Amino acid sequence: MKQVYINSIGSISGQKTFDNNEFLNDIVDYEDNVISVIDPIYKDYIPPAAARRMAKGIKMGVVASKIALQDAGLENVDAIITGTGMGCVRDSEKFVSAIIDNDEQYLTPTSFIQSTHNTVGGQIALELQCKGYNFTYVHGSNSFESALLDAKLQLENNEEHNILVGGVDELGDHTVTIHKLINHIKPHAVKSSELLKSNSVGAVFAEGANFFVLSNEKQASSYAEVTAVKLFNTLTKAEITKAATDFLAENNLEVSDIDILILGNNGDIEHDGYYHELQSGPFKNTQQVYYKHLCGEFNTASSFGFWLASKIIKTQSLPESVKLNNIKQASFKTILLYNQYRGENHSFTLLKQC
Amino acid sequence: MSKGVAITGMGIISAIGNNVAENYHALINGNKGISRVKKIKTNHVNDIMVGEIAFTNSEFEQQLHLSSDNNYSRTAFLGVVAAKEAIKNAGITDINAYKTGLVSATSVGGMDMTERYFYDYLENKATQKYIEGHHAGDSTQKIAEQLGIEKSLVTTISTACSSAANSIMLGARLIKSGLLDRVIVGGADCLSKFTINGFKTLMILSDTYNTPFDENRKGLNLGEAAAFLVLESDAVVQAENKTVLAYVKGYGNANDAYHQTASSDNGDGAFLAMEKALKVADFTPADIDYINAHGTATGNNDLSEGRAIIRVFGEHVPDFSSTKAYTGHTLAAAGAIEAVYSVLALQNNVVYPNLNFETQMKEFDMTPQLELKEKPLKTVMSNSFGFGGNCSTVIFSKEQ
Repeated sequence: MKQVYINSIGSISGQKTFDNNEFLNDIVDYEDNVISVIDPIYKDYIPPAAARRMAKGIKMGVVASKIALQDAGLENVDAIITGTGMGCVRDSEKFVSAIIDNDEQYLTPTSFIQSTHNTVGGQIALELQCKGYNFTYVHGSNSFESALLDAKLQLENNEEHNILVGGVDELGDHTVTIHKLINHIKPHAVKSSELLKSNSVGAVFAEGANFFVLSNEKQASSYAEVTAVKLFNTLTKAEITKAATDFLAENNLEVSDIDILILGNNGDIEHDGYYHELQSGPFKNTQQVYYKHLCGEFNTASSFGFWLASKIIKTQSLPESVKLNNIKQASFKTILLYNQYRGENHSFTLLKQC
Repeated sequence: MSKGVAITGMGIISAIGNNVAENYHALINGNKGISRVKKIKTNHVNDIMVGEIAFTNSEFEQQLHLSSDNNYSRTAFLGVVAAKEAIKNAGITDINAYKTGLVSATSVGGMDMTERYFYDYLENKATQKYIEGHHAGDSTQKIAEQLGIEKSLVTTISTACSSAANSIMLGARLIKSGLLDRVIVGGADCLSKFTINGFKTLMILSDTYNTPFDENRKGLNLGEAAAFLVLESDAVVQAENKTVLAYVKGYGNANDAYHQTASSDNGDGAFLAMEKALKVADFTPADIDYINAHGTATGNNDLSEGRAIIRVFGEHVPDFSSTKAYTGHTLAAAGAIEAVYSVLALQNNVVYPNLNFETQMKEFDMTPQLELKEKPLKTVMSNSFGFGGNCSTVIFSKEQ
């Protein structure tokens, strides 16, 4: 079985992450309950006319992919695997409202076409002229991890050599409005740096795209090795600790082997308890890190956590802004990530220095 | 990666039947499930025909003993019904006795409720329960819950009309890698105004019965359906002394990388998908006894797929037919529907007729199978293609 490496990264998020030479040098501290991305100059990567036609999700996905390919020094990949919770949700909203508002008349196909969940994956394939394997996973907060697992299996079995894997989701106005109604979005603006002190239900909604070239061939510029990823459709709070330590045991590791634990806390007092189980339990003496105050919450936000872990391992540096506690650490060799959303679709991911 | 992937159970609900037996009966008797749409109020009612399932949502609620405060989309209802039949058919009593996962596929997801309550959400609190049911993973979570699958790998694939074929592919890979012992794979999609109007704007909906591979084909009929298959490892089959219905022998996925909605003239993606599937199965084209084609009856698909089939099989194209004339095009579920039909073909040694065919296509001289044909079958190839250039092929076989 081959090892699987993260050979490159490309990130578009609420922070200025599209420049791979930087690592959260200047943090934008928002005060809101919905955060958009900081846009790169899209026309540096795609012709302006094409960019204008593209949905935001497509634009973010295509450009994050191109950044990742450049970073890996590749012209193309063997396969493209995308995770997205909602796809190009703005086009879905646009088409539904057009159907209702115009009583099924005068409709044009563009927004229908772009609303298809695999549009981003398909558009990346078109851009790269990549005729290889192309999958899109759409399973809530495990969309990205499903893509990651699929890629890992194929690389381990040497079916492919370089696979582009990513998570992408865009914000849509109507979706935001209705999620405010059901309190999935925080009722008030929250300062990013004070997200975990918000003492309210719901999350700060956001968008973003994080793409990676995974490979079974290590190169000098590789970021880390992906050792394991495991998905759970359900877990209770009481089961989290055991699930985490079992996962480590399956990979011949103990809690003391983990240099950093990266958690998906989003400040929702009803659901952050899952993270608290690990924070105050076996990992209380482990360096703990969070990130959703920087990138916000969306179905594929955990791909930002994956980006963060990759960066930490490669640069061997840990930005102050992501620390949940302060444990002196000589080096960052092994990172465990844990994420869930509203108590469902939990995942553990393990990265190692390579 | 040499392990076998056995199919030990199947479940289905479609416009031609509420279970496997009813579907098979309709297939061999040439009974179409295509009619005018009844359950969706649309201005296009007289311009289109659909493959609609007779049960109403409240009938499904009763069948599944759900309380009235449930937030099931029709996609979820269909999915649960088909998945439960598959589990029963596989003789599974304790779902968690083996490492069991679920891979479902959908493109519509909870859109039927979203389009119904889109503006009501803003004013009517009672409708807001459906907001959480919109995303594509929701129906899969509900199916897992209904089957009792807990603390396991549950995921959803959405690659438009090839989605469920891709669920089968992932399921096979998960078993071969040893990650899971058993995977329930399939897909579900209900009819919606969203897809009716979407395909209408693309001008690929027929106003009459769809006619796959016919020179004068006018487009597709949309259908709603769900189907699931139980895939099990050799170890489970042996330990439980299971009856194996068929094996997933080969699979291939490729991207046409040509156009967001149209297939390339030569069917590059389709060609590559079929070639890959043959390679994984370690078959030559001559090993394929029957092709259950994607055959949507759109001008573009049938030409592109036909050319790709000729590129793979040359002068020796095996018997082929599309079953879309029976069910309509069931979008993300199609790959699973046709997987069930492929396994039934293997079990019963029959090739289904390609209904509604009248005129030979000009571009090539291959003709689909027009009458029900009985012949010994060892292998069936099933094609599923979708928007975004997504092309998938799965090969089923009697022998491992």
